[in-house]
Amino acid sequence: MINIHLILFLAFGAVAVAGAVNLLAQTHPINGALSLIAVMAALAGEYLLLGAEFVAAVQVIVYAGAIMVLFVFVIMLLNAGVEERTKGSRVAIIFGIPGMLLGSLLIAWAVLRYSGTESVAVGALPGAPATIGELLFHEFLLPFEITSILILIAIMGAVVLASKPHPIPQGKER
Amino acid sequence: MPIWLYILASVIKSIIVLFVLLTAVAYTVWLERKVVGHMQNRWGPTRVGPFGLLQPAADGIKFLFKEDLTPPHVYKPLYIAAPLIAVIFALTSIAVVPFGNPVVIGPLSVGFSHPVVIGPYAIPLQITTDVNTGLLLILGVTSIGVYGVALAGWSSNNKYSLLGGLRASAQMISYEISLGLSLVGVLIMAGSFSLNDIVKAQQGHFWGFIPRWNIFHGQVIGFFIYLIAAYAETNRIPFDLPEAETELVAGYHTEYSAMKFAMFFMAEYANMITVACVATLLFLGGWNGPIFGPYILQAILPVFWFVAKVFVFLFLYIWVRGTLPRFRYDQLMAFGWKFLLPLALFNLLATAFAVAW
Repeated sequence: MINIHLILFLAFGAVAVAGAVNLLAQTHPINGALSLIAVMAALAGEYLLLGAEFVAAVQVIVYAGAIMVLFVFVIMLLNAGVEERTKGSRVAIIFGIPGMLLGSLLIAWAVLRYSGTESVAVGALPGAPATIGELLFHEFLLPFEITSILILIAIMGAVVLASKPHPIPQGKER
Repeated sequence: MPIWLYILASVIKSIIVLFVLLTAVAYTVWLERKVVGHMQNRWGPTRVGPFGLLQPAADGIKFLFKEDLTPPHVYKPLYIAAPLIAVIFALTSIAVVPFGNPVVIGPLSVGFSHPVVIGPYAIPLQITTDVNTGLLLILGVTSIGVYGVALAGWSSNNKYSLLGGLRASAQMISYEISLGLSLVGVLIMAGSFSLNDIVKAQQGHFWGFIPRWNIFHGQVIGFFIYLIAAYAETNRIPFDLPEAETELVAGYHTEYSAMKFAMFFMAEYANMITVACVATLLFLGGWNGPIFGPYILQAILPVFWFVAKVFVFLFLYIWVRGTLPRFRYDQLMAFGWKFLLPLALFNLLATAFAVAW
């Protein structure tokens, strides 16, 4: 029997990997940003397959719809040109690509060897918004609140950095 | 329900909804030209067909046969992709919108010698089934639609287009926050993201005659925040700065012609219709309304009320267009961030306290 979930999983995975490879291969920043959006959207599809529909929707709204828009916005505003291609160092090609393959094989082996061999069932995660809300506000309340303070600090830092520099008072230039 | 029936029902529903949506897009354009014309003491389209009713068909043919110019200085892949992105995501977001109660089909007996009984099956009046996160899906799909406008502006390689695209994306990100927060009040009251549940929560009347729609149920501020933010999201007057003729020629679609321009045009009106559908479902009670008469009428009336409310909302859009001037860009941003966002937060807080109490 053909398992439609497996097919969908492989399809979304293929899109995500292809998007990531394309992100590295593209020379134009805006194409890179668009490939990253494709990766985000494919990941949202994978979350949906796991049954985490809320996380999938938030993934699309926040990452693909808001954060990446800002990326594209900045690229458009700076009008960044095509990046210059160098041949690259020979060391990177000779050692880098086999090293990367070896590393990913090692990680895959370690994960398969030392974790439970049970694969996650389709729709296994608690995906309903109500469940997530309960988890966030009961079990994980402290981490949730600490994260929100962290984000607040980051926002305030961004405002301080982006605001106009204070004019130097007279006679204090040196 | 067997899988083949499910697929068949989905395909039929998709075709019907797409047909109705595209027709509605065409006739919203006609309605706008006609209504704005009468508001300005003109006739609007009158030549093609009675009352100019065939004008959309004439426009469509014109768009198809005009020369499709591609300026030499554009970045071609994205220049072609941008109108596609805009129109695809504008048309997709209608998929989770329910138009009425599920229709029960059957039990039917098929065949003569050995009749097979089919059903009864309840077929939901929306393309997808009742998804638990329907509203979030609409928000997600419409938030991707920003790329169409932004990329069109950038890939045209023209300063007016670029400024239009930048304005559009900045405006859409800014007002999306207020839009989302204005919806949260309704979500708290219904306790669900499912659009069907939200409509069901609005059944009944206060004191026997005022319908329990959310707009009469403490969400008046929420409704007006949604209204304003939705006008900004769809780049309509008084927030149509991305295509302000006096400053930017035509904004992000300056360099587009023929069918590519028509795609942006269609996307704008399809977005208006989606926004009107969401407003109807969340604030105006969806398909709730007086239901009477024989069985057939009872089945049709909910859809009729839904369409009537969407029409009223679209008429309001056109009315506002005929009435208000355009904002200045700094006014738009200051209004969105310094007035609308705090107001939406206040509305959310007040709703939360009211529900908890």
